[in-house]
Amino acid sequence: MRAILSIILKRLLVGCITLFVVTLIIFGAIEMLPGDIATELLGQAATEESLNAFREKYDLNRSLPARYLSWLGGAVTGDFGISLANQRPISELIGQRAANTFFLAGYAAAIAVPIAVVSGMLAALYNGSVFDRMLSSSTLAAISFPEFFVAYILILIFAVGLGWFPSLANVDPGMGLGERLYLTFLPAMTLTLIVLAYMMRMTRAAILNLLAMPYIEMAHLKGMKRWRVIAVHALPNALAPIINVIALNLAYLIVGVVLVEVVFVYPGLGQILVDAVSNRDVTVVQAACLIFAATYILLNLAADILSIIANPRLLHPR
Amino acid sequence: MHQTLHALRDAPVSAWIGIVIVTFYAILAILAPLLAPFPEAASIGAQYQPWEAPHYLGTDALGRDVLSRLIYGARNTVGIALVTTALAFLLGTSMGLLAAVIGGWFDALTARVVDVLMAIPPLIFALLILTITGTSVLSLVLVIAVLDSTRVYRLSRAVAQGIMTMDYIEVARMRGEGLSWLIRREVLPNASAPLIAEFGLRFCFVFLFISALSFLGLGLQPPTADWGGMVRESAKLIGFANFSTWQTATFGLAPLLPAGAIALLTIGVNLIVDWVLHMSSGLKE
Repeated sequence: MRAILSIILKRLLVGCITLFVVTLIIFGAIEMLPGDIATELLGQAATEESLNAFREKYDLNRSLPARYLSWLGGAVTGDFGISLANQRPISELIGQRAANTFFLAGYAAAIAVPIAVVSGMLAALYNGSVFDRMLSSSTLAAISFPEFFVAYILILIFAVGLGWFPSLANVDPGMGLGERLYLTFLPAMTLTLIVLAYMMRMTRAAILNLLAMPYIEMAHLKGMKRWRVIAVHALPNALAPIINVIALNLAYLIVGVVLVEVVFVYPGLGQILVDAVSNRDVTVVQAACLIFAATYILLNLAADILSIIANPRLLHPR
Repeated sequence: MHQTLHALRDAPVSAWIGIVIVTFYAILAILAPLLAPFPEAASIGAQYQPWEAPHYLGTDALGRDVLSRLIYGARNTVGIALVTTALAFLLGTSMGLLAAVIGGWFDALTARVVDVLMAIPPLIFALLILTITGTSVLSLVLVIAVLDSTRVYRLSRAVAQGIMTMDYIEVARMRGEGLSWLIRREVLPNASAPLIAEFGLRFCFVFLFISALSFLGLGLQPPTADWGGMVRESAKLIGFANFSTWQTATFGLAPLLPAGAIALLTIGVNLIVDWVLHMSSGLKE
C-alpha cells in the first residue's frame, strides 16, 4: 500500500508541475505580443490619457509576476477578467458555455464508452472473425475522416434526408434534459463515431495482449471454463489498460468538441474560443485555453492514477 | 532499385489502392494549372450554378468554379502540409537524434520541453499561438511544424537510443568518429524505416490539422483555394438540399466534396504507411 501511495503522490506532483508550467505558457503568450498591447489595440493615435485608462482597466501597470499571480488567483476562483473585445466579464461569457461543452462531451462519452469496451472485448475474444476484421477497417476510416466530414454526412442523412434530428444544436439554459439530448444527438453521434474506433481498437489490443500471457494459458490448461478464465483471471488485469483507454479518449473528446461545436453552431466553449482567436480577443483565448488544457491534463492524470490503483500487481508488492 | 520494384510487385491490393490514390493527387497538384478548366480565384459566372457543363461541379457563392478550386486545393493544401511535415521532421529528427547521441543535459532539457509541449492539446496550443501571430501562411506552417516535431522527436529519440546500444556504435566511437559521422553514417541509415512510416502518419496528421484550422477560418485565408476553407464556405448549402431531383441533392454534396477529398487522401497515405510498416517489421505472410 505504501508503494502505491508514493507512486500516486509522485504522479500527482508531476501533474501539478505540468499544470503550473502550462498556466505560465498561457499567461506568457499575451506578453509575447509585439509592442505594447495598449498602443496595439487603441492605435497609434490614442492619447496618453486613454492609454493610461486602458492600462488601468486591464491591470497592465503592475509588474509581470504580480499580474500573473492575480490572474492565476482569479482563474482558480472562476474570475478570468474582462474580454478585450466587448468589455464584459469573461466568466459571464463562458460560464454557461463551458457547462454546455462538458455536457456534450459527457453525452458522447456515455454513448461511446460502453459500446467501445464491450465490442472491443468481443473483437479480442473472437480474434480474426468477420466482426474483428470489420472493426479493423473501421479504424482506418476513423483516423482518416476529418471531424467535419463525419458531421456533414450525418447531417445530410439524418437532418436533411430523413428529417429525424435538427442540424443546428442551438440549446439554451432553460431547456429540459430530454429536449437537450434530442437537439444535441447529432453532435454527440459525430463525436462518438470519431472516438469509437480508437477506443475499440485500444481495448482489443489490451485484451489480446493479456490473453497471450502464460497465466491465462495455465488457467486454460487446468481445465477452467472459458468465461471463468476471462472474468476471474483476465478482467482484473484488463481493468487498468481499459481505464487508461477511456480516460485518454475522454481527453481527446474535450478537444475534438471544438470542431463539432462549430459545425453544429452549438453554444459551447470551443466556438467562443474560435471566435476569440479570429478577433484576437486575448483574454478570452487565455481563459478558454486554460479550461481546455487543464481538463486535458487532469483527465490524463486521472488515467494514470486510476490505472495505478487498478493494477493488481502493485497491490501485492514483493 | 531492383529491390523496390520487387517489393512493389508483391505489394498487397490495399497498398496498390493507396499508391493509386496518392499518385492521382500528386498529378492533380503538380499539373493543377493545366487540368483546371478555370482560374483558381476568378469569379466566372453566376453564383450557385447547378452541376452542368462547363461547370461540372457547379459554382460557389462568389461564382467561382468548384471543380477548378478543388484541383487547386490539392496543390495548396497538400503543398503546405508537405512543407510543414518536412520542417517538423527536420526539427524533430535532428533534436531527437542529437538527444540520443549526446545524452546528458541536452537529452534531459529537450525531453522536458517536449513533455510540456505535449501536455497541451495541439489544437488548443495552435489556437493560442495563432492569436498572437495572426493567421498568415508562414506562422501557420511554423506553429504546426514545431508542435508536430514533438512527436517526431519522441520517436526518433527512442529509435536512436536503441541503436546507440549496438556494438557498431561502440566501434565507431573507439575509431574516434565525430558526432556528425555517428548521426549521418551510423544512426540515420538504421533508423530510416520507422522514420519513413512516421513521415506518412505525421503528414496525415498535419494535413487534417491544417484542414481543420482552415475549416475554423483560421488556416489558409481566401481567396486561396483550400479544402478545409471550401467546406466552411459551402457548409450552409447543405440546408437547402432535398432529394427530389439529383440537381437539388447536389447542394448537400457541396461541403462533402472537399471534405471527402481530404478523407480520401488520408486513407491513401494510411494504406501505404501500413504496408511500409508491415514490410519493415519483417512480418511476411
